[in-house]
Amino acid sequence: MLHFSKTRIIIITLLSFFFIFFTLSNFIKFDDNLINKKINLGLDLQGGSYLLLEIDNNPVIIKELQNKATLLKNYLKEKKIIISNLKISEEKFIKFKANLNDVEKINNLLQDKNETINPYYERFKSHQYEVSILENNFELKLSKYGLVYLKNSSLDQAIEIIRRRVDEIGTNEPNILKRGNDRIVVELPGLDDPMRIKNLLGKTANLTFRFVSKNVEETFGTEKLEFEDGSEIVNVSKRIIISGENLIDAQPRMDSEVNETVVTFSLDRVGAKRFGKATTTGIGKSLAIVLDGKIISAPVIQEAITTGSGQISGGFTFQSATDLALLLRSGALPAPMNIIEERTVGPGLGEDSIKSGLLALLIGFVLVIFFMIFKYKIFGLIANTALILNLFFLIGVLTLFEATLTLPGIAGIILTVGMAVDANVLIFERIKEEKLIEKNQVIAFDSGYNKSKTAVLDANITTLIAAVILFFLGSGPIKGFSVTLGVGIFTTLFSVYFIARLLTSLYLMKNKQKENLI
Amino acid sequence: MIKNNINFSKYYKNFNLISGILIFISICLLFFKGLNFGIDFKGGTLIELRANDNQINVSALRNAFSNMNLGDVAVKKFGKESDFLIKFEKKENNKNLIQDIKKNLTKTLGNGYEFRRVENVGPKVSAELLNSGLIAIVVALGAMLFYIWIRFEWQFSIGAIVALFHDVILTMGVFSLFSIEVNLSIVAAILTIVGYSMNDTVVIFDRVRENLKKHIDIKIFELTNISINETLSRTIITSATTLLALLSIFIFGGEILRGFSLAMILGVVFGTYSSIYIANPILVYLRVSYKTVVKEDS
Repeated sequence: MLHFSKTRIIIITLLSFFFIFFTLSNFIKFDDNLINKKINLGLDLQGGSYLLLEIDNNPVIIKELQNKATLLKNYLKEKKIIISNLKISEEKFIKFKANLNDVEKINNLLQDKNETINPYYERFKSHQYEVSILENNFELKLSKYGLVYLKNSSLDQAIEIIRRRVDEIGTNEPNILKRGNDRIVVELPGLDDPMRIKNLLGKTANLTFRFVSKNVEETFGTEKLEFEDGSEIVNVSKRIIISGENLIDAQPRMDSEVNETVVTFSLDRVGAKRFGKATTTGIGKSLAIVLDGKIISAPVIQEAITTGSGQISGGFTFQSATDLALLLRSGALPAPMNIIEERTVGPGLGEDSIKSGLLALLIGFVLVIFFMIFKYKIFGLIANTALILNLFFLIGVLTLFEATLTLPGIAGIILTVGMAVDANVLIFERIKEEKLIEKNQVIAFDSGYNKSKTAVLDANITTLIAAVILFFLGSGPIKGFSVTLGVGIFTTLFSVYFIARLLTSLYLMKNKQKENLI
Repeated sequence: MIKNNINFSKYYKNFNLISGILIFISICLLFFKGLNFGIDFKGGTLIELRANDNQINVSALRNAFSNMNLGDVAVKKFGKESDFLIKFEKKENNKNLIQDIKKNLTKTLGNGYEFRRVENVGPKVSAELLNSGLIAIVVALGAMLFYIWIRFEWQFSIGAIVALFHDVILTMGVFSLFSIEVNLSIVAAILTIVGYSMNDTVVIFDRVRENLKKHIDIKIFELTNISINETLSRTIITSATTLLALLSIFIFGGEILRGFSLAMILGVVFGTYSSIYIANPILVYLRVSYKTVVKEDS
């Protein structure tokens, strides 16, 4: 147990230097990217904003059901099958009635794995829709995987749009991640007032240009919409002339004629054509510019606009025009998103947390070191050397993997300092016991190491179990704690069984003749 | 010769009685008084505010916030003289909430303040966090049970698990008694307590097991006493170094880590006590003997 070959000593020394190097690399700047690694500071330490957004998928589902219902009707018409009473009920079923002798035929089509009307997902062994039939009444419902598929694709779209919006604002290294199938995490380091970004992310930015109806009463093809400033309610046609999808660019601009900030836009080919046609035929009519169900403005068309560009005015400030232009450029979200969790830490608090964390680490460290020297003298020094190297190893490993250090993570390091000496204590205490039985010191040391092994392993495995569970089930900064605690166990075992044991063995060989070494 | 020779086993019954009473009180507290859940688990908004103007104090803030229609607003000092923590559970869903609050505050108190931290947790998220926290604790207890069950015999598992529950329940009892806020970091603390308590128990059990094979003629009552004494220095030293580290976090680590380190300190104290006075007596009550260990081995 106490013998170390030359190669082993060399490997241990090299490994030690390797990790010490990476620990120090946090404080030195290298040009080489391979070795220029640093621990990332969590948002609680460097300041910044964490936002959790949840997509409201109901509109997406309803839209899908409406599309599917129309598709189904046309599809069956093509097959010369007539259905009646086609409707969407409870926002989740498509229902229709068929002739009794068509029931089997329709069902076969809907269950056919090669037909596109009800796609079959080979991977999930499931159709997009589940079909249930009662006599001649059909009821279609999105299957579990159909729903997952739909949610995933709307989330993919949403994350793309969110990324564009965040990028446009130009924050520092944003982190945007999917979570589950209806949530998006947005982490914005360094941002201490997320107001503007929250406003931008919370908007669907669904833009449409539609005619204001001449009729005051609401009819099938129109709906009543309110102006954004709440000043007026007008009846607007449901027919969309152009939508945000037709936009290829949008910019804020100062219109010197009316001395007002406006948003100018340019349209794609299809949009330009449609806009041209509508403005040609609709001179004198009001064109409502609708954003997320609210009218921004409804100017009267003075002349035909065939250039494919135009401008939106609506009493904007420069900031609101900039934001609107940004939203229009980045596109509409597939569904509304709500911010369901927000955590913002100002840079001042982050700095203070680092300071107090490091102070606690330093003091905890010094206390433990003095305690060990007081208790074990020369072996206390050995344990302390292992402890100091352990700290280097721990920070080195975290740096190597570019882990994120949080405030609870620092607490985990301090806790590791306190618990790391445990292994050496177990060993030293066992050696003391062995010496009572065995007169030969070398043998006593050897069997002390041997017999304490199971206890040391048990003790560390239990802590490791807790750390692993915390890693998988914990969230946010707490994950940082589990990482340092877990990595700390491995570095502790390494420092105890290689560093401390090597030093013990070297010391023992030199001082064999002395009595009562420990 | 054994260096330490304290007759621990003599007091098994007395301490078990005390533990029983404490657990009963803790459960009553948890049941009737409950825990003071933070916004992580209850939902709501938290603002950490630093005042640069010494006119701003708890009552001024309380007045300012009470006019904002936010329901029950709790205002208290947070560490430093100039730092305050403001918490409320808001019902409505106002996207500009924080901005509105800032506007209002500036109107009544001037701008001699800054928001150092803002947290806002929706009801759905808080319910999920509470749920996953509970799952984490249950899974951790289960994993420990499983580990000790494959490492030792069932009597040992029961001893260790009862000790674990003892530590967790008492820690929560103290949190309930003093209405200390329970948030996400407390879950982390509890899991670490579970790990620590287990670690401490396992080291003594390891020795009990070894001694069972070594001293066939000694009764378990006496044997646990020998084992506790043999491992006592280690128990004390490890608890001491761990407590030194934790005290350092508690005193110097800042306000945010205070509840977390307090939970851990309590856990280490209870964990050390329970490995001696809960886990071991259970081995005695379950009549563990030389046969228990050998039968399983062969």
